[in-house]
Amino acid sequence: MNEGLRTREGGRIDRSRGLHFSFDGRAYTGVAGDTLASALLANGVHLMGRSFKYHRPRGVLACGAEEPNALVAVRRDAARYTPNLRATQVELYEGLAAHSQNRWPSLAFDLGAVNDLLAPFIPAGFYYKTFMWPRRAWQWLYEPRIRAAAGLGRAPTEADPDRYASRYAHCDVLIVGAGPAGLAAAAAAAASGARVMLCDEQNEFGGSLLADDPRAAAAIEGRPAPQWLRETSAALGSNARVTLLPRTTAFGYFPHNLLGLNERLSDHLADPHPDLPRERQWQVRAREVVLATGAIERPLVFPGNDRPGIMLAGAARTWLNRYGVLPGTRAVVVTAHDEAYPAALELQAAGVFIASIADVRARDDGSWAARARAAGIPVLTRATVLGTGGRRRVNSILLAQLEGGEAGAQAQPCDLVLMCGGFTPSVHLFSQSRGKLCWDEGLQAFLPGTPAERVRSAGACRGVFALDAALADGAAAGAAAAREATAPARTGVCPSGAAAAAAAPPAAGGGAGFAGALPQPAGARGRAFVDWQNDVTTGDLALATREGFRSIEHIKRYTTTGMATDQGKTSNLNALGIVSCTLGKPIPEVGLTSFRMPYTPVSFGSFAGPARGELFDPVRTTPMHEWARARGAVFEDVGLWKRARYFPRGAEHMHAAVGRECLAVRNACGIFDASTLGKIEVVGKDAVTFMNRLYVNAWTGLAVGRCRYGLLLRDDGFVYDDGVVARVSENRFHVTTTTGGAPRVLAMMEDYLQTEWSDLKVWLTSTTEQWAVVAVQGPKARAVLAGLVDIDLAAAALPHMSVALGRISGVPMRLFRVSFTGELGFEVNVPADFGPAVWEALWDAGQAHDITPYGTETMHVLRAEKGYIIVGQDTDGTVTPDDAGLGWAIGKNKPDFVGKRSLERPAMTSPQRRQLVGLLTTDPQVVLEDGAQVMAQAGARAPARALGHVTSSYHSSVLGRSIALGLVAGGRARIGETLYVSVPAGDIPVQVASPVFYDPQGRRLHA
Amino acid sequence: MLLIDCPYCGERPELEFVYGGQAHVARPAQPAQVSAQQWADYLYRRDNTRGVHAERWRHTHGCGRFFNALRDTTTDHFRATYKVGEPPPSAAAPVPR
Repeated sequence: MNEGLRTREGGRIDRSRGLHFSFDGRAYTGVAGDTLASALLANGVHLMGRSFKYHRPRGVLACGAEEPNALVAVRRDAARYTPNLRATQVELYEGLAAHSQNRWPSLAFDLGAVNDLLAPFIPAGFYYKTFMWPRRAWQWLYEPRIRAAAGLGRAPTEADPDRYASRYAHCDVLIVGAGPAGLAAAAAAAASGARVMLCDEQNEFGGSLLADDPRAAAAIEGRPAPQWLRETSAALGSNARVTLLPRTTAFGYFPHNLLGLNERLSDHLADPHPDLPRERQWQVRAREVVLATGAIERPLVFPGNDRPGIMLAGAARTWLNRYGVLPGTRAVVVTAHDEAYPAALELQAAGVFIASIADVRARDDGSWAARARAAGIPVLTRATVLGTGGRRRVNSILLAQLEGGEAGAQAQPCDLVLMCGGFTPSVHLFSQSRGKLCWDEGLQAFLPGTPAERVRSAGACRGVFALDAALADGAAAGAAAAREATAPARTGVCPSGAAAAAAAPPAAGGGAGFAGALPQPAGARGRAFVDWQNDVTTGDLALATREGFRSIEHIKRYTTTGMATDQGKTSNLNALGIVSCTLGKPIPEVGLTSFRMPYTPVSFGSFAGPARGELFDPVRTTPMHEWARARGAVFEDVGLWKRARYFPRGAEHMHAAVGRECLAVRNACGIFDASTLGKIEVVGKDAVTFMNRLYVNAWTGLAVGRCRYGLLLRDDGFVYDDGVVARVSENRFHVTTTTGGAPRVLAMMEDYLQTEWSDLKVWLTSTTEQWAVVAVQGPKARAVLAGLVDIDLAAAALPHMSVALGRISGVPMRLFRVSFTGELGFEVNVPADFGPAVWEALWDAGQAHDITPYGTETMHVLRAEKGYIIVGQDTDGTVTPDDAGLGWAIGKNKPDFVGKRSLERPAMTSPQRRQLVGLLTTDPQVVLEDGAQVMAQAGARAPARALGHVTSSYHSSVLGRSIALGLVAGGRARIGETLYVSVPAGDIPVQVASPVFYDPQGRRLHA
Repeated sequence: MLLIDCPYCGERPELEFVYGGQAHVARPAQPAQVSAQQWADYLYRRDNTRGVHAERWRHTHGCGRFFNALRDTTTDHFRATYKVGEPPPSAAAPVPR
């Protein structure tokens, strides 16, 4: 440590506890209470980063969340590597290893700095004008290079091993910001008994009080400010109805007073306990919100204002008073606001030589100027800065006085330049809440205006800067918020409107400051930076207006000002001032860009919370899942379900396994887990009326004990879902849906029942997970079941499409004789808990009949051989029943059903609509691709119009050839024609055929 | 995330609900009797209100009931929520507090 730069006493650090850390591999020491930035400054290190575009050497500008320059990566290990942290917010711990970014090979010598020499050729928007020629170079030359050069920092190379917690909370009053106004608000709200939450992004509460010289601190409520801070924090901490959240950033303000807070729990610890989450994201629903988010000091815009060693005056004061660090030895102060004077005087008292104070303002009658002169500091008025010198640290500044001041420029050696352009209230969260901002001419600032939520602003964030006024403002806001929040008559979530608007803020002490670029004499040269992080200069903004941009939103995007990770916290108002000056329009007419969440970057882990890996999404498994898993089934995801896709034997691939399973079902018997099928029980004395109105089919004539293929449309006439429906009793239907469609079908049923036909006496119950369903399919299926059930399985007693209630191995059962394979088939429905036992019983009984387990892939092939559609695969939301060849299902004599009126539209009955047909390739071994386009002629080239497309395509082992289903315009009239399926390799000739490829008479089905 | 006052359950977060589109769009009682234009209006034409909008919500992950709400589309604030079958409260009514 450079002993000369650390004060002997004072500050909120513990000099007795030294901490070792490294920056770019070099070892340093700091003390407990330091941030990375303060510790580096104490070691005389100002160069902390390189700028994004020009790779200019940069030092720390600010001392908090607004810091644009000192972005570092902190590395604990390969997985715990966090880029783009602001060194001003990184709390020091023993062993901390930090790295600079955006430089190669080193921070001091960065080859990328060549961009700085090229700066005249790469102004704002250069990438919109260059890289045009030669056109092909974009792909192999420009884009890869630009991608390599772009971006700040780099991502960690391994998965994040840390835990992230998430939590919901409710409170009466949430206060954001624990500076004087926020603390006063919390104390007032807590005093009335309200449930209070108080969060602050820093490790300590106190806000601006932390930067005050404790010897010169004001008195608050009759106590020295540090004592008031200590005692107020302690009192709040011991109040059970108050939740204090330090190191917690309120990053987003969402509708109805929901705020997102990100609490950092372990980043400041050298050796965090492994059980400790790294961060915790709070979603807080507050009845009332008080924003006490303070204000951010504005830099001044002058040529060469970005060299290391040039910083905000308030930041320098914080380094001195909070961290006991002298940020330099010989300083020049440039200011447009009184607040720079106490900084100069305190630094002088600490031993920093203040060469001069250059005040850009004209007046010379302020008491601060007199005090500075009395302290021996020369004060220039109507001053401006023509330039600065120094490479990796400022070493000189060229001051001048404008007309009316002393003539001539004077260069002054220095290693520290303090600047203060005034203060910009932090209205980010208020603006996110959709409250209106108003321009205050006196303060030269946007202030919170009409709120859109139940929110109040207090203190500096609404322009109340003076300490006593901010305390009073906070206390008033806290008391009012608590009163509103606990008012007994309060209901709803609407804002109280006028009640939340507070009195106008008083005139600013210290002046309004300056927004824009400092005036320069004609012909002045040198780049003046407006946005440090994105390297936007006054020249870039001037260029944008010259090129015709007028809207601030466009200028922002063209120049990228305010678009970096700091979101323009230090730059936005200066950019507005410059544009306002260039366009000759007042600032409120130029407008303001939107404030968006997050206020400061939030880690992805915090948003993901515990929803990672197995917890990312719920997984649904059937009662028989374990059996399939033990048999080596390969699963596929169908919605949230895990379904067995096929059961490979040995090293069998899918193609071979599916072929074998298909033949097993066709020749003997297969067993299939159909439990995921959606199931809805429709019950009530009006159940048949309800079904008649909803489904296209005629249900009145369906006898108890029989099933029917049900087809459901939307009211626009297109197929929505399908499934077998059984009439279990007079007023009870067992409705099945597609696996993926169950929730939306139930929602649609509820919608019509609750809102259109609420007079019907019908009850709907989802029974998907109540039934385990085992499908036994194939010529030997009857033989497998026969010994287990108490039901007559003869075709005459239980024909195709019927249902019987009985028992299987003693377990109550609904036995469906249905088939999705085209074979003799049964679906055994038993209460879910009995599923595994019944499956095992069927499996055992099937051993004598060559029973084979099969999966969804085999099921797909078998149904395609029969031309059975899958809704969502062979239909796409534009398919009518007739298009799908299902016109026969419609109950012709019904006056109405959902979708009926739409089916009568002329366009819905055109013979040229796309109809479902079979497609047979000339070469039987060629399997078409799903989705391939069907063309009328070979060799069609764009913009030829397709006749349709392939919807399903498989190799059929029983037919020994490929089969496909497709939707083809006027398809049924084209049966026998040759069409062409267009693929990149050429055209595949196909013959249009019936979609039923196997057993078209259905003899096997009715066996 | 909105806070929605289900008329049956009280205030619950938005993620328990599903939006149901514009309210008070009645399905024609005799669809066969209406013209193609009337049917198309029922199917597809919806208001694009700037201001107070009557809309349907369903408390899917709660009581499962549909209900109607008046929401100001410019502020996302609800003026009222009410049960299916009830007439909409006057949109000009003062904001409940």
